[in-house]
Parts: sequence; C-alpha cells; structure tokens
Amino acid sequence: MGSAGFNKDPYSLIITGVGGQGNVMASRVLGSMFVNKGFSVTVGETFGASQRGGSVMSHIRISEGSSWSPQIPAFGADIIAAMEPVEGLRVLAQYGNPRCTLICNTHPVYPVNVIKGEDAYPSLGDIKRHVKSLTPHAIFMDATEEARSLGNPILANMIILGALCGVGRLPVGHGDFREAIAERVKTDQVALNMRAFDAGIALLGR
Amino acid sequence: MSYLINGEAGSSHLLMGNEAIVRGALEGGVSVATGYPGTPSSEIVESLAGVAKERNLYVEWSVNEKVALEVAAAASFAGLRSMCVMKQNGVNVTSDFLLHLASSGTRGGMVLVSCDDPGALSSVNEGESRLFAKMVEIPLLEPGDFQEAKDITKWAFELSEEIRNLVMIRSVTRMSHASGNVRYGKLPDGKAHAQFDFHGSLLDQEKGPMISMVVSAAELQHGPQQEKLRKAAGIFEECPFNTYNGPERPELLIVTSSACNLYSREAIKALNLEKKAGVLKLATTWPLPRNVIKRHFALTDRIMIVEEVLPTLEENIKVLAAEMAPEIGIKTFYGKRSGHIPSVGEMNPDLVIGALSSVLGLKRKSMPEAFAGKARKLAETVVPKREMTFCPGCPHRASYWSIHNAIEMDNRKGFVCGDIGCYTLGMLPCGFSTLKTVHSMGSGSGIASGFGKLTQFGMDQPVVAVCGDSLFFLAAMHAMAIAVLQTSPFSLVSLDNSGTAMTGFQAHPGIAANAMGEEMPALDIAEICRAMGARVEKADPFDLEGTRKALNEMMEHREGAKVLILQQACALSPQRKGRKSYEMEIDEEMCLGEECGCNRICTRIFGCPGIVWNREKGVSTIDELICTGCGVCADICPQGAIKRREAE
Repeated sequence: MGSAGFNKDPYSLIITGVGGQGNVMASRVLGSMFVNKGFSVTVGETFGASQRGGSVMSHIRISEGSSWSPQIPAFGADIIAAMEPVEGLRVLAQYGNPRCTLICNTHPVYPVNVIKGEDAYPSLGDIKRHVKSLTPHAIFMDATEEARSLGNPILANMIILGALCGVGRLPVGHGDFREAIAERVKTDQVALNMRAFDAGIALLGR
Repeated sequence: MSYLINGEAGSSHLLMGNEAIVRGALEGGVSVATGYPGTPSSEIVESLAGVAKERNLYVEWSVNEKVALEVAAAASFAGLRSMCVMKQNGVNVTSDFLLHLASSGTRGGMVLVSCDDPGALSSVNEGESRLFAKMVEIPLLEPGDFQEAKDITKWAFELSEEIRNLVMIRSVTRMSHASGNVRYGKLPDGKAHAQFDFHGSLLDQEKGPMISMVVSAAELQHGPQQEKLRKAAGIFEECPFNTYNGPERPELLIVTSSACNLYSREAIKALNLEKKAGVLKLATTWPLPRNVIKRHFALTDRIMIVEEVLPTLEENIKVLAAEMAPEIGIKTFYGKRSGHIPSVGEMNPDLVIGALSSVLGLKRKSMPEAFAGKARKLAETVVPKREMTFCPGCPHRASYWSIHNAIEMDNRKGFVCGDIGCYTLGMLPCGFSTLKTVHSMGSGSGIASGFGKLTQFGMDQPVVAVCGDSLFFLAAMHAMAIAVLQTSPFSLVSLDNSGTAMTGFQAHPGIAANAMGEEMPALDIAEICRAMGARVEKADPFDLEGTRKALNEMMEHREGAKVLILQQACALSPQRKGRKSYEMEIDEEMCLGEECGCNRICTRIFGCPGIVWNREKGVSTIDELICTGCGVCADICPQGAIKRREAE
C-alpha cells in the first residue's frame, strides 16, 4: 500500500464503466474507505438515464481539508479505474494526462451501435496501443473472467477496486475495504466481496 | 439505510446529498414525509421510508406531487414537522396548491424540497424551480456542500416555525447524487403528537382554521404573508450558511450558490487566483440578504454570478445593486447575460475556469496542445458512442416492436403519443422511433384524446397513447375520463411493468405495498378502466403475434375508449433480475447473415444488447452475460435460427 497521505490535494480518481456494472457501489465503498480514515471525500456520480446502456462515471476527490467539485476538471485525474476498455480510453482522453495511471478491465460491453454493426469496436490490441500513447502507466486485466470464476460477473467491480487500492498509490488496503464493504452489503456477502477485492490485488502481480 | 440513524453524534459519514437531507430532516424531528419519485430526488423519500419504523414516521409515495404536498400540509396544520420532496417538474404540478399553502401559512415546521436537474441529465427538460419561491413568496435555501445539505435541512424546520410558513430547499443533481463527508448531529427523542386546532378567529395563525382565502384576501392574507418573508430576510442577514472565502478586497467577486460553489472554488485554485478572487456563497437565495451583499459589493468593482439554468440569482442581485448604487457605486457584472456563463446546460469547473480567464484576461493554463489534441482525436475517431437503449430483455422493446408493426399493417398513417418513463426512449431508434409526441407526465393521453376529437375536421389517422402503470394513476386516468365522456376514439396502451421502474421500483397505487413496505390492497388498472366505460384487453408483450393482433383490433375499433394492458415485469425488477426463462442460442449454420435478406433484423433493427453481430463470422451470436432469456428474439428471426429452450 502507499504512504500515509497523498502528494496532491485534492487527489482525483475516476471509476468508469457501463450502466449495470456496479460503478456507483464501487465508488461509494472507495469513498467510505477514505472517510473512515479521516479524509474529506467528494464523490460525483452520473447515473439515472445513463443506467440504460450508457457510460457511467464516478469522480472521487480526496482531501485533507474540505469538499471539492464533484466534477474533476479536464485532464485532472490522478488514477482512472475502468470496468470496460473503451470507457477506459474515453475517460483517459478527457480526464487523463501523462502521469495518470489507468487500471482497465479487458472485457468489452458493446455499445448498441456496435451490436447493430454500424460502429466498429476497436480491438484490445488497438485500445492498449492508444492508451499507451496517452500514458505509460496502464494495467490491463480480465476482471470479468476472474469474477465469473468467483461465481458472479458483477464482482468485477470489487476486483477492479482491489487492483486500484493495490497499485500502490492509495493509502488504503484490505482492512479498510472490509470495514467499508460491511457497511454496504449483507453480512453473508462480505466474505465473497473480500475474495474479489483480494483477487484484484493478486491480478496486479500476473 | 441503517447508517442514517445509527451513527453517533459527531461521527463523520459519506452521504449522498439526498441522504444528507434525510439525516437533516431526522435531526430536525420530521414526522411525515411525502413525495412522488423523480430523478434526482427519489432517494430522499426512499431513505426516509427505510427508517420509518425505527423513527416512527409516516412516509408516503403519493399519487402525484400536488397530493403529496397536501398530505404533508395536513401534518403541519396538526403541529407536526413535515417534508415534501419532488423533482423540479413536480413543483410545476404542485404549484396551484403551493400558492394557496404559502398564503394560508403553516404551523409545524414544513419544508418543500425540489431537486432540479440542470443539463437535463435524467429529465425531459431543463427546468427551474427557484422562481417558484419568488412567485409564491416563500424563503428559498440552497445548500453549498454536503454538510450544509444536512444542516440547512434541520435549520429549515426551525425557520419555518419561526415565520409560520413553508420553506423551500433547492438541490441540483450534482448535489443530490454526489456524496461527501457529513458530521452527524443528535437525533431528537421526543414523541410527536398531532392535533388540529381551528376554534380561533379566521386570521389566528396559531388556533384558527387554515384557509388561504378569506374576505378581502388581498389585504388580510397577502400582507401578513409578505411580513413573514420580511422576517425571513432579517434572519438571513445573520445566517451562518452565507459565507465568504477570499481576499478582503477582491479584484473579482464571484457570487454563487449550490454545486456552483464547489466549481467556483475549484476554478480559483486551478488558476491560482486565491489572492485576486473571492467567492460569496449564498445559501439564502430568496429573499436575498441585502446587507450581506452590500458589505461585499462595497469592496469590489467587478462581480461574476455563477449559476445554472436561468439567470435568477443574477437578476435578483442586479435589482439590489441598482437600488444600492448611490451608496456602493456602479458595478460591472459578468454572468449569463454577458455571455461569460453559458445560458443553458450544466456548469462544471472548466466552464468557470474559462469564464474567469476571459474576465481577468488570463492566458489559460491547460494541457499542452500536443497531448490535448491527440486525446481529442482519439476520443472522436476511435471510441464508439454509447447511445441510450432499452435494457436487454426490456418489455418496452417488445411492446414497441408490436406497436410499430401494428401501425405499419394498419396503413392509415397512425401514430403514438408518448409519455414520461423509460418508455420515452420509444422516440429513438431503440424503440423504432414510434413516439411522435412527448411532453409532460400524462400529456400523451390528453393529447391523444384531443387528436381523437379531430375527426370532425377530417383527421382519420389512428392515434394510440402509451403510459406506464405509475403514470396511469398520476395523470393518464384523468385524460381518459374526458375521452370516455366525449366519446373520443381513444386508444391507450398501458405499458405495465409492475413498478415505477425508471426511478427504482417505488410503490404506486397499483402495487400491493406502500412506501414503507406495508401490504396494501392494490388498485387494478383494468377494473378502473372498465368502470370508467372503456373496453379493456390484456396481453403479454413477449407474445409478439398476440400483442400485434390485439393492437390492430384496437385500432380498427373506431368508437369509444379502448385500453390494452401490456403486462410484463421490468427486466431489472426483483422478480426477473438474474432469472432466465429461456437459454438462448443461435444456430450458426441456419443464420444466413448478410445473405439472408432479413437485413440483419435481429441485431440491426430489434437491437437487443443480448444479440451481437459477429463481423468476422458474418452471423449473429448471443452474449450470454447480457442476455436475460426473455425469448422474444426467437420470434423475429425469419430463418428460425434463434433457438430458445426452457431454462432449468
């Protein structure tokens, strides 16, 4: 895990994906982890109509001091966690910068125009190449496959969250996650979510 | 929801703005809360319903916003603290009663919460509720962060009792749906007791009847009502939620409120303007605190107003500035009217950074063009757009498929009047562009009833209205009453997905449980329509042929009101989520792809996200992770290549 604090205030993270992937849950759990550590956290979320197949995004600001804008300024993100690869590229292009880290699930969720055959979905190789043209700090993993092996593809959100916390830039880890997840899910679901979180950290080593 | 009532006083929690409002209401001793669901407001009543038992509350999802405000008003008249919650559009619905309530006044502290949606992120339009506070002459409060959302809500009940009138709180999507730290205060213990006193004189605010109109109303009611507002204005001069951050004599003063406060602070930090620009954040935006504004305006010459939707704050401030000009001098203003702040859409830090840079003549520090240009080009050329569509297995896609086909077969240029809900997407290609009118809640039925009466002017196109189950009770049944009475050839298709699905399955009168989860006798839409004199049929939209036939019969029947109830639960509903009726498979030998002549009807036209066009193989395939197993697509493939088998 990282050091006691951040080198920047506010520190800005984005969790992105497609409606239905558990984006909001992941961002609120992450936010709670930092509130429990005494930080001031602001989480901005886009949901509502976006749940119906649209892109979703949560902006998370972590500060020693106060609330910040629930929308991060352009090119202002320090870490982006993406539960879907083109969403990772989309958000990196809008909010990323050459120092920004991207953690990216490789399992695609096709937009309706791709399903219809009207738009092309870039290959994973192309996505990786484009991402690397924007930042050298990119980590790709098939979190959906890993989640499926744990029994439920929805757990990809907790796997990505584990990777996000394990990448070494955030001062939170296993114990903080246990405390925050226990506030949000039923007691019998805590252990499974913990396994997903730890699987995300483990995937970083592969 | 337990974290909303279990935290110790002084403990800090990550709460959504809406949850912060809930905690504030609980700390303020609210007893009765009502509302009608609408993004971004729904979590407030939902969360209160979740703790209703533990906190001895009465919480109601009302049939519409007007009834919601009336139910909450009754509690206030009986001395209880009450709250009524709605999205901005709901204030339009409740505005008739709102004016009367503001005139009669209230007793127990009463708060109206309106959640506006600048940029219409989850709305049909970008409306504005702040003007209602000015129009009906009640105080308006706007929290500038999450802690304030809690604290201001608690304070609003006290203010309401102090002035004996309704207090309005306005939130916006980025406040309601964003989250931040909230430090808890104490929850009160005392038990509330309700009694309505009415034996005093007509004008006795404490013990008399609550009547908004008495003889010579203008003089006797309007005057005292304005006196209440003047009292609020006096209190606002000392309000701790109006704050200033910045240098003593700022080169530029930003005046702002709500989420724009956070954008403004961010912009000042991004441009390193802490020594040049200050932010006067107002929480009491109607009536404005005149002396607070005067004090700050006297110390600067240039003022920028940062706000969303209409230039409401800007115009109210300019009136004060004009009145105070002899004392504080002439000021230069920047805002929506000068074009520095966009006149439409949601604000964000970048827009404030742009406005500040332009006013102060700064060369904007930003990402070097080498990176920004590359990023922009990638976003435009490589990343595919994500258009909105119905969820996989959504009954609306199947319903619109049949409605669209029935209208084509009928061949008399028929059309559909749409309404508000997930099914509004029926105006887009995902609903086969079926909807030809869409306006406010319930208007589809009223407009369709009106079209039906135009036969006398030669109009012979068949007209169908669609409405959801919750909306039927909110407004569509009133339109149907007049359609029956006037013998309009009215055809209503009720898209009954067994819940207020778009906003998260809140209770409505057709559901056998109320907001607090107590079992209730459900009202039956079919029985109500029959009792009103309509011919009623039911079909399952997943049965495409049966539904299409029922629709064509309805359109052929020219006389009187007809209702077709298309009943199938939402794909995200608790009863369907995670359960497949069928395992779906595509026989790749049988799928002829581009050679078929079907023009890829399954992927290109039907467009369910569960079926994907495989470019390499030239066939369609099922995405098992996404498919919900509704089985409908098997009936649209002319080759019979899509196979369904009963799921275990």
